[in-house]
Amino acid sequence: MRELHYREALREAMLEEMERDDRVFLMGEEVGHYQGAYKVSEGLLEKLGERRVIDTPIAEAGFAGVGIGAAMVGLRPIIEFMTWNFSFVAFDQIISNAAKVHQMSAGAIQVPIVFRGPNGAARQVAAQHSHSVAPFYAHIPGLYVIQPSTPRDAKGLLKSAIRSNNPVVFLEGETLYGAKGEVPDEGTEELIPIGQSRLARPGADCTIVTWGRPYHTVLAAAEKLATEGIDCEVIDPRTLRPLDTAPMVRSIQKTNRCLVVHEHWPYGGPGAEIVDRLQREAFDYLDAPIGRVTALDVAMPYALNLEDKVLPTEEWVIDAVKRVNYVK
Amino acid sequence: MIRRFEEEAARNYAKGKIGGFLHLYIGQEAIAVAAAESLEDRDCIFQTYRDHGIALARGMSAKTAMAELFGKDTGCSRGLGGSMHLFDVQKNFLGGWAIVGGHLALAAGTAFKSKYAGEDGVTICFFGEGSTNIGGFHEAMSLAGLWKLPIVFVCENNQYAMGTPLERTSPLKDLSIKAKGYAMARDHFEGHDVEVVRERIAAALDRARTGGGPTFIEIETYRFRGHSMSDPAKYRSRTEVEQHKQLDPLTVLRERLLGLGVDEGSLDDIDLAVDEEIDAAVRFADESEPAREEVMMSSVLAEEGDS
Repeated sequence: MRELHYREALREAMLEEMERDDRVFLMGEEVGHYQGAYKVSEGLLEKLGERRVIDTPIAEAGFAGVGIGAAMVGLRPIIEFMTWNFSFVAFDQIISNAAKVHQMSAGAIQVPIVFRGPNGAARQVAAQHSHSVAPFYAHIPGLYVIQPSTPRDAKGLLKSAIRSNNPVVFLEGETLYGAKGEVPDEGTEELIPIGQSRLARPGADCTIVTWGRPYHTVLAAAEKLATEGIDCEVIDPRTLRPLDTAPMVRSIQKTNRCLVVHEHWPYGGPGAEIVDRLQREAFDYLDAPIGRVTALDVAMPYALNLEDKVLPTEEWVIDAVKRVNYVK
Repeated sequence: MIRRFEEEAARNYAKGKIGGFLHLYIGQEAIAVAAAESLEDRDCIFQTYRDHGIALARGMSAKTAMAELFGKDTGCSRGLGGSMHLFDVQKNFLGGWAIVGGHLALAAGTAFKSKYAGEDGVTICFFGEGSTNIGGFHEAMSLAGLWKLPIVFVCENNQYAMGTPLERTSPLKDLSIKAKGYAMARDHFEGHDVEVVRERIAAALDRARTGGGPTFIEIETYRFRGHSMSDPAKYRSRTEVEQHKQLDPLTVLRERLLGLGVDEGSLDDIDLAVDEEIDAAVRFADESEPAREEVMMSSVLAEEGDS
């Protein structure tokens, strides 16, 4: 298998699907001539032309709505938000229109659309540009929410998202674009099913459920914990709606301990949902309350020294695993 | 038929057969009828929550529409949409939408599809004058103007954004001026004469269909009832309402037809036939099976496969 950057994996997924299906187009701010604000769509305009790669004015509610309308009559749009922070001005389009029309038309109208773009805090971009939005969208029936942690998952899940008949919120890690990882060779098509967790690291002593940027923090922490004799099993849900908890339950049956680590705020959201489901589905197997490591419950500060105190670190994870395993 | 449908809907709302919000189209009928006359089958239609008029004018049966208002399985949205969310996909009537300004971009989206696919379908999108102050209006107009989409935006100016008159919501008297900001053709006229409305809408549709881009039309109209059934309309005088009723589109048309020598008896026969159709619709809605839980549970998401 070859290695690709996360952003290259996403680009390949879009290119392959757009070459395969003329109904698929990419629309968003700076996706074409500028080559993508984060270079995810670099080269696509040259390969596919202005009909398929469409630059828009700064009007998220407008072009998100245009995408939804086009999807209602048979196209399969990919709508890029320059960052998911800007999706809030298109919130109504996603919630009230994309997620609702299939049900309120009793299934007569489908909305096969992907909303995608970078998500989560980058570095020193402060309060308004550092949102990790999965909790907002994962609450909504009628949407899929995907947050891939690796290049392979990014490619395989984006291809599945584009082929889905439902609206998909596809959350790319802004700090993961440069991450490298194995991706199946060219000519080997991999469609990763929406709604399947993945075992990322086998272990015997503590189950850690994590996704997105903290996934990498957790894997690094797990290596350190292994040297101290604590062997963690890491599971990445990959999709936050629908949520696949069966592999987590099986893991807890083996480890009897569980920690959930995410970059979202602590109040509610998929982390709380996972904890709730696991304490019910694996209650008899748990030897300790399920732990949770989250972002600090504050707006993201600008100053570097303060920002370092907000998102989960390896130390936080190590500390929490030890608490869940009653060794601290 | 729209008038009788709405009157009967109001009656059944009072009886508790219809719940939620109910926004009547009484007084504005000439617009929906004229538009439906001008549209081709392949054209797409979007409307706000005041959507019974255009749904019926487009050809939805009174039975299917009334059953939806009654929340029955035989309704056009199988009881999942209600009064504000009528849909008839076979006729390209793509909904009743209930967030002010939220559906204009969707309409730009179906117009975008026509252009993307090289088809000559046109989209028509209705909304009230209250929508022209919200961001969704401007973003949809902006994109439609920029991309010269085949769409006609029809602002049904019924003078009141819920209970607030136009002079208290807009510095403009002529809202169609807003089209200039989007390099879009515009038109502005009164909406009580169905023939005038038909001619003017047809001209805009023709412009869109032949590559001339979008048009913003403001049609002055008046709703004889409150914003919804819960609104007693205390913000306007009885005299004002009575003045507008002098220009009731149904009366205007009836007088025109009589003047042209149409036999009064034949018009009465039409009224009778409509009465029967609406009575049958109410009976059908009342006797239909209630909305089904299986349909609710199975329609949250579309089935996958065959993408």
